[in-house]
Amino acid sequence: MNTEENKVEVLPVDKSKIRHVIRVALILFVVTVIEFIIAFTVGSGGFRTSIFVIMTIVKAFYIVSEFMHLGHEEKGLRWMIIFPTILAIWLIIALLMEGSYVLLERSI
Amino acid sequence: MDTTATTTAKADLWDGGQSPFKVSYGKLMMWIFLLSDAFTFSALLISYGMVRFSSESWPVPEEVFSAIPFTHAYMPLVFVGIMTFILILSSVTMVLAVEAGRRMDRKGVEKWMFWTIIGGVVFLSCQAWEWSHFIHGTGLGGASLSWNEYGPPGFAAFFFFITGFHGTHVFSGVVINYIIYYNTVRGVYDERGHYEMVEKVGLYWHFVDLVWVFVFTFYYLV
Repeated sequence: MNTEENKVEVLPVDKSKIRHVIRVALILFVVTVIEFIIAFTVGSGGFRTSIFVIMTIVKAFYIVSEFMHLGHEEKGLRWMIIFPTILAIWLIIALLMEGSYVLLERSI
Repeated sequence: MDTTATTTAKADLWDGGQSPFKVSYGKLMMWIFLLSDAFTFSALLISYGMVRFSSESWPVPEEVFSAIPFTHAYMPLVFVGIMTFILILSSVTMVLAVEAGRRMDRKGVEKWMFWTIIGGVVFLSCQAWEWSHFIHGTGLGGASLSWNEYGPPGFAAFFFFITGFHGTHVFSGVVINYIIYYNTVRGVYDERGHYEMVEKVGLYWHFVDLVWVFVFTFYYLV
């Protein structure tokens, strides 16, 4: 058992990397807490929804870019992942419009 | 001269024999899988949006999800907030496991993978309680796939589909994390000379956390 462990060389901890991880985690925590406060203080409506959407994108950015390390990968790989997801914006517009027309048809 | 040099280098990059994206095959395939999974989740969430937009009324999530275990206090969104923090925390421990793996630190990987698995199990238990509470309701009939006491049937149906599909991901994540943990303890990755499997399963685990960020916003907050 001991000889096996001796074969592998364990590198020392890079303190700056750990600090970076904690910093990103703190950002995620703080944004979630702010979302929470907004949920109870701001009345629901388009303004509140857009704040939530922006904060969700901020959180998603930190998770994908730092935790999943995509921000430090090759440019080609970054675009391979990001570009297709941007296309979902069209699906959002199309289906939400469709939904409101369905409501309009129903209420006539 | 310089431009010709870079263009030839670029052409060589795609000529085969090496990874143009400078990642291993397994990691690239994990990214592609996660991209397709992201499409599935966006389809579910966007169709939720469509059904909500086409309904005359919709329940206020704060009022539906206002219970917390072991007490009858009215605490809107507190329980789901705790669940969100648990999942973010287990994502952090996963980052630390990946970091330990890069340093070939088996003890570190074991420690952080263990806490990641615990986080996943705690999250799943919370979700089981949340489902049970939602199904049993507040004495007005509760919720099923076809009917619920809170509002249009689509509300409960989408709740079960979206959080259920996410919960299935968390569950398979816990199982895969356990397999990686088991292999780490057995010294498989020390023998292999790298801990890339931890990085791959880490990508999957972070994706599960990422999806929950969206579910939290669009199901509980908006």
